[in-house]
Amino acid sequence: MLAQMNSEVMSSGWFLDHAFLIPIIPAVTFVLIIFFGKKLPMKGSELGVLSMLTSLALAGGAAWQWIQRVNSVVDGAHEAVAEGAHHVAPYVSPVIHEWTWWQSGGFHFGIGQHIDGLALTLLVVVAFISSLVQIYSLEYLRGDRRYTHFFAALTLFSAGMLCMVLAPNMVQLILGWEIMGLCSFMLIGHWWEEEANSRAALKAFFTVRVGDMGLLIGTAILFFSANSWTQKNLGVSGFNISGLSAWAMSGQASHSALTWGAVALFIACIGKSGQFPLHTWLPDAMAGPTPVSSLLHSSTMVVAGVFLVARVYPVFWEGMKIGDTNINFIVLIGGITIVVAALLAFVQHDIKKVLAYSTVSQLGYMMMGLGAGAWLPAVFHIFTHAFFKACLFLSAGSVSHSGSHHSFDMKKDMGGLAKKMPITAATWIISTLALAGVFPLAGFFSKDEIIDNVGHNGYNAFMIVGLSGAFLTAAYMTRATYLTFFGKARGAAAGEHHDEHDAHADAHDSHDAPAAHDAHDSHDTHGAHDAAHGPHESPKLITIPLMILAALALVAGLSNATPFGENWERFKKYVEPSAAYVAIDGTVASGPGEAVVVTQQNVSSEEAVAEEGCAVVAPEAGMACYFPTIHHAPFKWSKAALSLIIVAFGLLSSWMFCVQYYTRRNKRLVGLTERSKVLRGGYTFLWNKYYLDALYEKVIVRSIAHPIAAAAYWVNQNILDGIVNGVGKVSRRVAGWVYRNIDQRVVDGAVNGSGAAARGTGGALRPVQSGKVNQYGALLFAAAAIGALILVIINT
Amino acid sequence: MLTAQFLLLGAVLFCIGVYGVLARKNAVMVLMSIELILNSVNINLLAFSVRHGSVDGNTFALYIIAIAAAEVGVGLALVLLIYRNRRTIALDDLSEMKG
Repeated sequence: MLAQMNSEVMSSGWFLDHAFLIPIIPAVTFVLIIFFGKKLPMKGSELGVLSMLTSLALAGGAAWQWIQRVNSVVDGAHEAVAEGAHHVAPYVSPVIHEWTWWQSGGFHFGIGQHIDGLALTLLVVVAFISSLVQIYSLEYLRGDRRYTHFFAALTLFSAGMLCMVLAPNMVQLILGWEIMGLCSFMLIGHWWEEEANSRAALKAFFTVRVGDMGLLIGTAILFFSANSWTQKNLGVSGFNISGLSAWAMSGQASHSALTWGAVALFIACIGKSGQFPLHTWLPDAMAGPTPVSSLLHSSTMVVAGVFLVARVYPVFWEGMKIGDTNINFIVLIGGITIVVAALLAFVQHDIKKVLAYSTVSQLGYMMMGLGAGAWLPAVFHIFTHAFFKACLFLSAGSVSHSGSHHSFDMKKDMGGLAKKMPITAATWIISTLALAGVFPLAGFFSKDEIIDNVGHNGYNAFMIVGLSGAFLTAAYMTRATYLTFFGKARGAAAGEHHDEHDAHADAHDSHDAPAAHDAHDSHDTHGAHDAAHGPHESPKLITIPLMILAALALVAGLSNATPFGENWERFKKYVEPSAAYVAIDGTVASGPGEAVVVTQQNVSSEEAVAEEGCAVVAPEAGMACYFPTIHHAPFKWSKAALSLIIVAFGLLSSWMFCVQYYTRRNKRLVGLTERSKVLRGGYTFLWNKYYLDALYEKVIVRSIAHPIAAAAYWVNQNILDGIVNGVGKVSRRVAGWVYRNIDQRVVDGAVNGSGAAARGTGGALRPVQSGKVNQYGALLFAAAAIGALILVIINT
Repeated sequence: MLTAQFLLLGAVLFCIGVYGVLARKNAVMVLMSIELILNSVNINLLAFSVRHGSVDGNTFALYIIAIAAAEVGVGLALVLLIYRNRRTIALDDLSEMKG
């Protein structure tokens, strides 16, 4: 029997109850920076950093109190449960506060907070990475022409993500989602003077918008199908996230509504999280400053889609039938994305683009995990990935800032930087190993768990996809590492200066020898300090965030280290929602400005029910489920060893290849793509990014936008002429007399007639437009008088 | 009841205003005439407000006063700019149409 667990017993606290302040602080700071930033001694950047640190402190406090809360519940339950009995973890109710934001036509739109383990994980990670990125930007963007605006946008961006993460309902979630969309546009296009950058910003914005349609449609579908159920049973609207979860798990939900709602929402996630086939915006988003890429691609923006799936997981669980082992939409998209993006990472010259595709691929892992029922490993992967990917991006930024003269081209301007920039190289390598999933770094514990659980839940084909993804990840990251930090120094890394107009190395594998780039100092647009002494280590404001992140990339995995037993599985204890049945205690109706409190109790129900957990049978009346029962794969060293061997093989084979290819210039390897038709075809295919961009721009956009523009032009030009032409074409084919008799006389007559009529009317009306104010006034009053007269006549 | 007188006053003011708008050439005078029209409307509103014993009319009158103030501000600014550019505020001279 489970203990009676009243909500009073659950410890709460100031931080938990006031978590809604976490996004409000940066949002207010945004306004302050915009209005007063330029007058401050550090141009507003100090406000941004300060606000993120405050948010971090609040999020940390809330996380600490959440841990207390879970402990108070779980430990209490343990005493009551007989030793050794298998049981479902007791339900720890999330801290939900909701206020009416606005109401319209009987609909209440709430705003507030929904704090549970998932929200807190993201809150802490986002606030933490944002703080470090802002500190890093102090140095990286020093002297930028829109320094203040950059910090303002960065702060608002974090506020958007934080707002989305603690959203208690879909409306607030959409709000945060859209704030991020807007800010990503502003930040990617930060240097909009170059056309490529503003094009990338537009592309990011529009591609994500395509998916955002799905978010609105999905929310609407779910709202209209869930609202009456949630109002009746929980007293909350159909936007409410816990309401939606309970509705999806209730067994009374319309299945088609669930399926279509989940599909629509997932399309939004494809757009936001850069899943195949809408991943194309993500690599282009590298046009923004590096700190932006780092923030976008580690903890915010792209994670939003994954977060959405994790947040309303029951909807996806039921809608996509994740519990079955059949292939579903999410796992399929995730699996495709892993491989497709990882292959693309091999042909990139730009270090940031390698990382961008790597992000896409890792997001594929998260999606695949969620689609296969591996909720916890996927969320854990969000957590660990944030640290090492942020570190990788910031390292790349550090290389370009101090090592390669603001270039990101690995082949042209890097190489051999390990000696010149030891700290950057060390942090990069640690994060690379973490990303590849080397034991015991962060990536191992999360990525391996995803692969393991995907297989455990019966998705065997996708386990193989995951393993091959791990191989590819190890290989492309080794290639990037080699090109950047080892081998011979090339271009700017060798102290040469080149200008932007320098002929780009051929878009081909066998690029020109480095010596071909002439050194010339004439076009040096940068400060003398850069040019004076070649590559060097970055200043402390850059290296310290790097070191912090690298340290976390080392140890973050230990927070849910399944190999070391249950005591290490802290994420499982504190983050994963319980699948226990919860009795609905009753609700307090909400008035404007009044908090909605949905109090719940853990149930002392029959053993059978409590042991099974949700999703096995539908909950009875008066009970609700908030999360499906998900299975955890027991950890086995044999399985881990397999993936570790694969990773090691990836690392080694790629290293050997790089050494042979880039240094010794092995005759058998160099120019392979030129000699072998198959390889060249593959390379061209990858280089052109599977022709997806071409498909979107040339085929889809053109076939939709072009006809619309043409049609509008055609209609605008003059409809009558169009009719004349249309009739003329048909009639010419059918018979001449139709053309002569009907077209010429009737239709053309109409054309001429209408023209003549317009001309005549114009001529008649011309005197009215005299340009004399008094005359206009007279007309006005005359019209008013006539109107008044008509009114009088009608009313009498 | 004085309503009829009030309405009469309003009507007279309105007619004076209309005459001013139509007949005057000076832009400032036209603006002043418009003020007269607006005030005649105010008087109408107040008359009916008194008659029906409600304050709705008073409220609207207050709004109209505020809007009239804004309008004359914009109008005078326009006149000032016209004067700067053309050195005249005679409305007849402003027309650029061929007629």
